[in-house]
Amino acid sequence: MVQLNTNIGSLELKNPVMTASGTFGYGTEYADFMDISRLGAIIVKGTTLNPRQGNPYPRMAETPSGMLNAVGLQNKGVDYFVDHIYPEVRKIQTAIIVNVSGSCIDDYVQTAGIINTLDDIPAIELNISCPNVKQGGMAFGVNPDSAAQVVSAVRKAYDKTLIVKLSPNVTDITEIARAVEGAGADSVSLINTMLGMAIDAEKRKPILSTITGGMSGPAVKPVALRMVWQTAKAVKIPVIGLGGICSATDAIEFLLAGASAIQIGTANFIDPSISEKVIDGIADYLQRHGFNSVQDIIGALE
Amino acid sequence: MKKYQSDMVVADNVMVGPNATLLTLKYPESLPDMVAGQFAELQVPSAKVLLRRPISIHSIDRTNNLVEFLIQIVGEGTQSLAAVKAGDTVNVLLPLGNGFNYRSTHVARPLLIGGGVGVAPLLFLGQEFAEHGIRPTFLFGGRTESLILRKEEFTKYGDLFITTEDGSAGEKGFVTNHSLLLDSEQFDRIYACGPTPMLKAVACWAKEHETACEVSLEHRMACGIGACLCCVEDTADQGNVCVCKEGPVFEFDRLKWFN
Repeated sequence: MVQLNTNIGSLELKNPVMTASGTFGYGTEYADFMDISRLGAIIVKGTTLNPRQGNPYPRMAETPSGMLNAVGLQNKGVDYFVDHIYPEVRKIQTAIIVNVSGSCIDDYVQTAGIINTLDDIPAIELNISCPNVKQGGMAFGVNPDSAAQVVSAVRKAYDKTLIVKLSPNVTDITEIARAVEGAGADSVSLINTMLGMAIDAEKRKPILSTITGGMSGPAVKPVALRMVWQTAKAVKIPVIGLGGICSATDAIEFLLAGASAIQIGTANFIDPSISEKVIDGIADYLQRHGFNSVQDIIGALE
Repeated sequence: MKKYQSDMVVADNVMVGPNATLLTLKYPESLPDMVAGQFAELQVPSAKVLLRRPISIHSIDRTNNLVEFLIQIVGEGTQSLAAVKAGDTVNVLLPLGNGFNYRSTHVARPLLIGGGVGVAPLLFLGQEFAEHGIRPTFLFGGRTESLILRKEEFTKYGDLFITTEDGSAGEKGFVTNHSLLLDSEQFDRIYACGPTPMLKAVACWAKEHETACEVSLEHRMACGIGACLCCVEDTADQGNVCVCKEGPVFEFDRLKWFN
């Protein structure tokens, strides 16, 4: 029996497979297709201080080996989460992590402070990298100073595991990673979606209501892998890798590049039980190569 | 209603119109309960296509555990679904979404309106009515006669009326111009599926004539299970909701089409 457990700061996960925010609902949407309690963690969708309607339809465009989305953080707000979602998701026997987003620093701080009071939420993922909102979101994550500012403000209000989700839409992601590490982040997760665009040539119009959107899926994997590899060398805190992971092999590549855990995003839309298959596939790989623990392959790129 | 993921075997796949295929898939065990108007997410057997394709359930055969899908070929995804052969396997998620409201509502004189490939879920619905001794009326519209799909099949379960834009079959014009609608009292509920402009015209007629009416929407989707929030429609009561999870069928007055 191989050991799959891994640590993100003080948070121990039973395995390194998490589901990415915005791709797995609140977990329950997938319960008919797999045993969601087997996951290392579920990162529930982006939660903001106030309810958000998100962007107008159309919000999605399929691209070669990928997709663009422009959802724009549609959610019912943190109070609704606390009152209606939390009582349900806390029953799931895995780590439930809330992705927190905001339009200004105070939004992030207040939302994180409210989540901090929930006993069964051991971590938050601070989203400073959403490309689909007009205010806040990615704006915080593309500059080391503003990234550090929001993280250090949230750090004061939040005392559990603080993961910061980074944007790939930057010149040097390691610079941002080091800045948020310095500001007190326990971990960084990367990459959020890459800013992209799709056009309907027949109609001579953009496909997305917002014109631009966030690109995800297998097409972004090589970029994500490169950024995870660079970042894992640049910071001491654990790195969570994501971006186009569709199989156990993809996941193992991220672990080898230095990720302590991985997230599955777009692939959940293609195969709603993929994350379970990835957990099993990682265990098979470890066995096949004679490793006792997943720790043996983290950053083990030769 | 519980959802399933299953490898279904292709029993048959035949062209039934200039641009439409009828794909029959066999479920490996007893068919789960499903309601007319629900849909399935079919994995596309092509490396070029990433996302599943949401396709409405056209009809079911409980005796042989078969599910039929009437698929309009519009792009690479549907093209490769049209190319699968008997014996191939297609991975399917089903049944998804909320179907038409007929199990818990008393309906005596239903009118089923379809436009183009939007007739697809109305066969299943017609079969369900027929099973309960109700003979539905079908009113279908299309650009031209060859685009009115599966006529013979529908007439097994109810009376079929047709409109075509070029007058090649039935009455010339749109479904909402059909003389059938001159007597607005004869139907107690309308079920409609088709292009949005048609649905809006039908909803407008229903509003004017105070007739209950539900419409099935077709939005661009990714997950099909309410996780990605891509396929939203604005509603009067809850704002943006997922068509895949809250719909695809909506009572028309929930939609913000008239304000």
